[in-house]
Amino acid sequence: MSDGAPLPGRLGEVVDAFADLPRDVKLELLLDYANGLPPLPERYAENRNALERVHECQTPFFVATELEEGRVRLWFDAPDESPTTKGFAGILHAGLDGERVEDVLAVPADFSARLGLSEAVSPLRLRGIAAILGVVQRQVRAQAH
Amino acid sequence: MAAESDPAEKLRHYAHPERLVSTDWLADHLDDPDVVVAESDEDVLLYETGHIPGAVKVDWHTDLNDPVARDYVDAEGFARLMSEKGISRDTTIVFYGDNFNWWAAYALWVTSLFGHPDARLLDGGRQKWVAESRELTKDVPRPEPAEYPRVERDDSRIRAFRDQVLQHARAGGRLVDVRSPGEFSGELLHMPDYPQEGALRGGHVPGASNVPWKTAANEDGTFKEAADLRRIYLEELGLGADEEVVAYCRIGERSSHTWFVLTHLLGLENVRNYDGSWVEWGNAVGVPIERPGQAVRPPL
Repeated sequence: MSDGAPLPGRLGEVVDAFADLPRDVKLELLLDYANGLPPLPERYAENRNALERVHECQTPFFVATELEEGRVRLWFDAPDESPTTKGFAGILHAGLDGERVEDVLAVPADFSARLGLSEAVSPLRLRGIAAILGVVQRQVRAQAH
Repeated sequence: MAAESDPAEKLRHYAHPERLVSTDWLADHLDDPDVVVAESDEDVLLYETGHIPGAVKVDWHTDLNDPVARDYVDAEGFARLMSEKGISRDTTIVFYGDNFNWWAAYALWVTSLFGHPDARLLDGGRQKWVAESRELTKDVPRPEPAEYPRVERDDSRIRAFRDQVLQHARAGGRLVDVRSPGEFSGELLHMPDYPQEGALRGGHVPGASNVPWKTAANEDGTFKEAADLRRIYLEELGLGADEEVVAYCRIGERSSHTWFVLTHLLGLENVRNYDGSWVEWGNAVGVPIERPGQAVRPPL
């Protein structure tokens, strides 16, 4: 399934798990990721201005990244009424939180195509996940330099 | 057999009050064997997080559209979908959904292409049901497959195609562009906060009036009162009862909302939804486009 550059370890596993599932099960798995997204830590929950809004998402969506000894920490905030967007955040969190800076920066912009979700989720939404990744990578790049 | 109409006072002032139900009415009809409740959302996972008890899911992206052609399902596909959802030809379908019922109205419009006799909207949609703290469940019903006849889709009455829209514009017919003002003027090629919907040109169909869909809605997701709607669309916009009107937006979902208002709440008899909408028009080669302060190019 995975054409092009290999994905970093855990994100590759997440994507592979999606790849061959039937459509309904894909949606269930996406919902699991939505439910599994950890809540914001207090320092962000009480200060949302420290988060960056991703305007490409159809719903209010916020991102914060931190670097800890060369590893990337990720925080996302998405409304419960937007489980699809929240699910995308859950995938990125499960796949990239704690990974090395260079691995996060190496994720190709079109990785979401490898989830095989285009039959279940509209193309517009899939572009949202690419936009979230873009913001994460921009923030990481800025902090790493 | 169709269910009784909701006798609520607000609804009685609309042209076709039987096309709308209140949350109170629906709460009393959840066990009515003549009623099937169907949720149609923009967010295709929302139903799975909890829905009105007994409601089935109709996915605009995968259930109503042909998987290959940019078109709706055919007679066969529609009959199969209805059957799977436990809907027969005499079932009362009540659609509801997120985002001011955009996709619920779209689903209702598609069922109208197949002439389903009794399809209604829940006034206020999912938003109002949730705001009233009414019951939600994650239990997915497994309806007995129903008998649904194979009915040909009728694209002639309530659906408009690009060439027809062009003829309509040339004849000076009324067009209602229900997108945001920025999309109408051509500054934006997409909805605010909905990026990159992929139109190469911005602007509007020549002669169209801009009445954003939300003009017809209250903040709680319900439709405005009949008197307000009459003022907006009949008096201020000047649409006539039997006038030919075409509504469009970006892909036909927001204009389904306005189509519902004009057709069922105000009783206009010749309103068509141009589902190709701006994603088609703004990408088509050589069709005339109007922008504020500029001559229509190419001329109509």
